[in-house]
Amino acid sequence: MFVYNSIERYHSLLNDGTVSCFDTVNFYLEKIESSQHLNAFTAVYAEEALARAGMLDEKRKSNQPTGRLHGVVIALKDVIAYKDHPLTAASRMLKGFQSLYSATAVEKLLAEDAIIIGSCNCDEFAMGSTNENSVYGRVLNAADTSRVPGGSSGGSAVAVQAGLCMVSLGSDTGGSVRQPADFCGVVGMKPTYGTISRYGLIAYASSFDQIGIFGNNIPDVARVLEVITGPDAMDSTSSQKRQLLPASFGDKTERKYRFTYFEEALEHKSLDPEIKMAIYASIDRLKQEGHEVLPVSFEFMDYIVPAYYVLTTAEASSNLSRYDGVRYGYRSAQPAEDLDQFYKNNRSEGFGREVKRRIMLGTFVLSSGYYDAYFTKAQQVRRKLKDKTREIFEHFDFILLPNSPAVAFKIGEKTDDPVAMYLADIYTVFANLTGTPSISLPLYTHSSGMPFGLQVIAKPFDELSLLDISQKLMQDQ
Amino acid sequence: MQLNHPAERRDGFFIKALSHISQAPRKNWLFLRFFMQEIPQAYEIVIGLEVHIQLSTNTKLFCGDPASFGSEPNTHVSPITLAHPGTLPVMNKKAIEFAVKMGLACQCEIEIDNYFARKNYFYPDLPKGYQVSQHTTPICKGGRVNITVGGEEKNVQLNRIHLEEDAGKSLHDVEDANTCIDLNRAGVPLLEMVTEPDLRSSEEAFAFLTEIRKLVRYLGVCDGNMEEGSMRCDANISVRKKGDPQLGTRVEVKNLNSIRNVKKAIEFEAVRLVNQLERNETILQQTRSFDAGNGTTFSTREKEEANDYRYFPEPDLTPFHLTEDFIEEIRNTIPALPKERIRKYRVENQLSAYDASVLTEEKEFSDYYDALILHTDLYKPAANWMTGPVKTWMNETGNEIGAFPLSPASMAVLISLVEDGKLSFSIASGRLFQKLLDNPVKEPLVLAMEENLLQESNVNMLEPLVEDVLASHAEKVKAFQKGKKGLLGMFVGEVMKRSKGKADPKVVNDLLLEKLNNK
Repeated sequence: MFVYNSIERYHSLLNDGTVSCFDTVNFYLEKIESSQHLNAFTAVYAEEALARAGMLDEKRKSNQPTGRLHGVVIALKDVIAYKDHPLTAASRMLKGFQSLYSATAVEKLLAEDAIIIGSCNCDEFAMGSTNENSVYGRVLNAADTSRVPGGSSGGSAVAVQAGLCMVSLGSDTGGSVRQPADFCGVVGMKPTYGTISRYGLIAYASSFDQIGIFGNNIPDVARVLEVITGPDAMDSTSSQKRQLLPASFGDKTERKYRFTYFEEALEHKSLDPEIKMAIYASIDRLKQEGHEVLPVSFEFMDYIVPAYYVLTTAEASSNLSRYDGVRYGYRSAQPAEDLDQFYKNNRSEGFGREVKRRIMLGTFVLSSGYYDAYFTKAQQVRRKLKDKTREIFEHFDFILLPNSPAVAFKIGEKTDDPVAMYLADIYTVFANLTGTPSISLPLYTHSSGMPFGLQVIAKPFDELSLLDISQKLMQDQ
Repeated sequence: MQLNHPAERRDGFFIKALSHISQAPRKNWLFLRFFMQEIPQAYEIVIGLEVHIQLSTNTKLFCGDPASFGSEPNTHVSPITLAHPGTLPVMNKKAIEFAVKMGLACQCEIEIDNYFARKNYFYPDLPKGYQVSQHTTPICKGGRVNITVGGEEKNVQLNRIHLEEDAGKSLHDVEDANTCIDLNRAGVPLLEMVTEPDLRSSEEAFAFLTEIRKLVRYLGVCDGNMEEGSMRCDANISVRKKGDPQLGTRVEVKNLNSIRNVKKAIEFEAVRLVNQLERNETILQQTRSFDAGNGTTFSTREKEEANDYRYFPEPDLTPFHLTEDFIEEIRNTIPALPKERIRKYRVENQLSAYDASVLTEEKEFSDYYDALILHTDLYKPAANWMTGPVKTWMNETGNEIGAFPLSPASMAVLISLVEDGKLSFSIASGRLFQKLLDNPVKEPLVLAMEENLLQESNVNMLEPLVEDVLASHAEKVKAFQKGKKGLLGMFVGEVMKRSKGKADPKVVNDLLLEKLNNK
């Protein structure tokens, strides 16, 4: 029976003829079929994936050059455009919609011979921390099906967690890759803002959104990142810096790094003591290994979540204006007396509760009379955070943080208390506010049996060091 | 007669005439227009204009769709124009160049650090649900445009010029039950130019827009075609008693699709507003639309609705910074503008104000003249040829100067033939010019000889003609000799006629005088 280990190992099995892409895809299709109760996928492209696998097998056997992701089975969060395939953001608003074009990241995956096996469930328009806000229904955590997988990229996390694909793409606006990775016990990486083109990623909050990668191990994540990173003429916010991510990033493992952590974060009243203990233990270990680990005082802890929600909902309220039922998407069957009513019908029925809540919140904070008190203030907080972060990285290589104050919640546990839910984003939104690269490493197990991880943040565009230390931390495990 | 009646009486007529207007009998309309020009001396009109200038870039402001006008509806619509999920804008650098060019030509201050904002509102022809605009931070600040009205120059102060994207078109009259949306125009780059409330008459507004149209054409940033909507104008109009420091309540008039209509709308509004003041009525802040069918305006929106556009910086576009080098580069691409050319024509080429103004109406026309006077020093005759036969050719054929077949060098030869007395102007412009147009590569002198058009100045050839004319007009000859010297012109004309216009009038003149005085 096929056992997936890593892309590198899979490629050597393909090359020595032990496995084929076709059989591999079949294997995953069966797994997806038998894991339907997890509800991780919104669409599975079975025939197409098999056909492509067959084509790739032919290509390899006829000794044509093969791509860096040859035969790698990948799932996409249902907010990433794939030409002529459904693109719905798990919303009634876009149910039945098919994209006319592919995201730049998808084009790059396909150019390196990847196989897209399907689209993954998520919170509607990537808004949520539990993957309970989906028109397709909630996703279950494969480690404990009475618990949520985290969100918003819950389906993508579970797809890797349950072995339904090799790697998957998600999107991370405030932790939507790292938090579900934490809840599901897989690696989840959000690179520096602008590293991966956002062209073809449904916008939630443009200045925060970043495509992220789920995988079982660091080399897989590194390889996918290497493929999909880079400047893009279609996204003017994509970074012009070309990153070099040599496959041999592990070479620097002997290097001694300088770590910091925020005392205010680890001592925060909301943090589960077990998580705190586990991270302190890792800190001790790093010190023992000769790394420098020093706490810094971080006085902004309590401003992070409010600033994040003011700015992201403001951008979202505008980004989601295009879903009006005029050119595509949900159109209400109710007769409309006038244009206003037409919009109200379409949008009231097409969007779910959480999305509407955030649109209203965002509209409010941008309204004249409130703009300065909320939007401008939040921008000032963001500015201060960026300055502070730059200052921190003058002295340190990495910041260590938890991903979430607690392990995966029980289903329905927090759905009635949106503020409590938002506050649980306290550790992940920092990297989005500052645009820094961040990774969630599945290093720990809670007494409840649930996995949880360590979040490592590096300075902007220093993905190489981040992957390097991640590999080391994972190997130490 | 009624024109001299006091204002109150005129109001009565005005209102009556106005009530007829919806049925729009043509003669009432004329009658009304006559009244409308009469604004009592005590009042002053204050006008500010907002001009939308559609930039003639190849592609749209934020994507690669063609920006051209006139295609089948919804054919220039990529997923980006349609605001499909996941699409992003990318800045068209050409549009920035055009904006800077326009700003420099209007002596604006060019902003170095620029960013776009989103103006949020819902409308079916606005695909994204927001317009990307520089509303809060214009690329060009201040500036002025020089106009001339009634021989007087005036600088019209600008408030700003900013870049933004156009919306699509809503067509309400294509189908009975539906509004049709055409998104070809959605995303086409626009410059919005806003003046200070500096204009004081419809004539000034007319002159300003004419100047702007000329300017955008000279700069090549817009075709200036108001009928096709590539230049659009909204007028903010208010009236006040002269000397009143306060501005009156303003009315915004939209849907002005020609410069003449802007003038008409201002005239109509000014009278309407003055009448309201005269009757002590409160002027409402309104948005009005111009009805080109009957030259009136009607209210479309009572006072300003409390629209909150929730502007915020567009996060999908990075701020753009202009360097001094970039701005200098643009400055170097600006051609000599009408004012400068007029000055040169008047001072260096000694042309009349009229000639200078006609020559500079269009850049290409002026460029041709400039090329022509590289080949000849006959500046005034060259200008006469341009404003005369060449212009006539353009009008008759409906062609632009770009399609004119004769090279400036050839034109210069033609002009010198006349000035050297080898050809009369009437023969040159009436016959040789035509022959040359049919055969533009031919040497003008060679063609004139082939066609036997050269002027006859040989006394031996002309003498018999002169003798003939005098012999057949014996009575008139006597009259001349008795003192009716004015008859000389008649004799010259007769000789010219018999020579089929080829006789050199000066030689004929001398010959006639010699014969007449010796008889």
